[in-house]
Amino acid sequence: MKALRTSWKHLRRSPYQALAAIFIMMQTFFVITIFSFVIYGSAQLIKYFESKPQVTAFFKDEAQPENINALADTLKTSGKVATIRYVSKKEALQIYKQQFKDDPLLLDLVTEGILPASLEISAINIEDLVTISDSLKNSPLVQQVIFPRDVIETLSSITSALRKVGMAIIAVLAVDAIFIMVIIIGIKISQKKEEIEIMRLLSATNWYIRWPFLFEGVFYGVIGAIIGWSLASAVLLYTLPVLRSFFGSVPVLQVHPIYLLGLLGGEIIVATILGVFSSFLAVLRYLK
Amino acid sequence: MIVIQNVTKTFGTGASALIDVSLQIDKGEFVFLVGPSGSGKTTLLRMLIRDVLPTQGSIIVNDWDIVKLPSSKVPHLRKKIGVVFQDLKLLTDRTIGENIMLPLEMAQMGHREAMNRVEEILEQVGIASHKDKFPIQLSGGELQRTAIARALVFSPDILLADEPTGNLDMATSWEIVKVLQDINKTGTTVVMATHNTDIVNSLLKRIVTLEKGKLVRDDKRKDQVDKTTKEKDTTKDEGK
Repeated sequence: MKALRTSWKHLRRSPYQALAAIFIMMQTFFVITIFSFVIYGSAQLIKYFESKPQVTAFFKDEAQPENINALADTLKTSGKVATIRYVSKKEALQIYKQQFKDDPLLLDLVTEGILPASLEISAINIEDLVTISDSLKNSPLVQQVIFPRDVIETLSSITSALRKVGMAIIAVLAVDAIFIMVIIIGIKISQKKEEIEIMRLLSATNWYIRWPFLFEGVFYGVIGAIIGWSLASAVLLYTLPVLRSFFGSVPVLQVHPIYLLGLLGGEIIVATILGVFSSFLAVLRYLK
Repeated sequence: MIVIQNVTKTFGTGASALIDVSLQIDKGEFVFLVGPSGSGKTTLLRMLIRDVLPTQGSIIVNDWDIVKLPSSKVPHLRKKIGVVFQDLKLLTDRTIGENIMLPLEMAQMGHREAMNRVEEILEQVGIASHKDKFPIQLSGGELQRTAIARALVFSPDILLADEPTGNLDMATSWEIVKVLQDINKTGTTVVMATHNTDIVNSLLKRIVTLEKGKLVRDDKRKDQVDKTTKEKDTTKDEGK
């Protein structure tokens, strides 16, 4: 308790140094929060695409439903298929009508006869998509096979790159924050050198002297994390309507308050570790 | 009890602060440590609280072997030895009460208990009314009393006072010496480094003289000398 009071006194007596330390921590946690949102959003995007049919086989007009069902049964027994759905010509027309309900000209041009029946298939493992696609292409009933493998692969590689870039930026910022905190706490220790020397001569233990500086580091970290998280969350909430209209029906940013609070909790833990680590480095460096 | 045996202190520059000093101070003694500036008085006192380690020799304070004492035990040693530093070492941004309370806070004493102890000790050194003042508001004598109060707050076995009358007028110096004498009467060993010959000569106490780092004289207390002489005479008479 005494150590906390002493920390608070240190903060009040050098407010600009305290602000500098909080600012660098805030900057780090702002970037961490923004990258967390980006990674979370892209993961949602991939999940959305993965939940969609991964292979669609369109059948020739002469293909009969019972033959298509037989082909579907064969695929099911292969053990590679997660879900399989038959879309008849009639259902295809319904879907078409729903998609183009605002364009009467397009609706007039299309009839049930020109739309093909299809099978929408999801694989258990994404690697099996090629095998499934090849077996469908070999069937005489099938006219065309499409699967959005490239979309998912591109998205996955973008997300992976984003994650790597994010981690690199966060690592650089975290190292920056640690160095700046070490310097700031080091300056504070140097300013109090005489006081510390007197305390030592008056029987102070090393930890009696160290604790206030460690608490100070934790304070900078936690306050910086809370401000950084708050700013990033405000930016997210402000831009959310724009993002939602851009992505349309894709639920990229279904942000739950629990996710946000969980993120804050995680950031506070990381901030505490960063604060303790940097102030401990300063204490080791300047309090020999 | 303090036992100093063949202690030499040579600094990195090659200058010797103490050369082969041996000295024993019994519990409850009052000893003046005298000598010109640079004779090694302060170095000797600093060694007793392990602020400086000897280059050679050994120092035993109560049961503590200063040379072998691990760093983790130094705070325990310093609780047992009160020190009035030459430059007082008071914290200017804390009140007199807070300065005296500092060692008690370090020892994790409860606030109420610490406050009571501070009031008691301030009363003992005669500056109870200055508890809430800052050091800048006090006179030299009052600041010395504050430093003494802080040194006494743990009721130490030994009190080391480095030039406690250094910058004071004669009347105030005597007041300070009176305080130290009163403390000595309670059984505390007092070692006072000083230049003040008037005080040293007026009090019939043991005088240890250092010059250029060497112990050149060790004059026992007058009553001790008388006692030793009497013992010698008695032995002679019995022999006859």
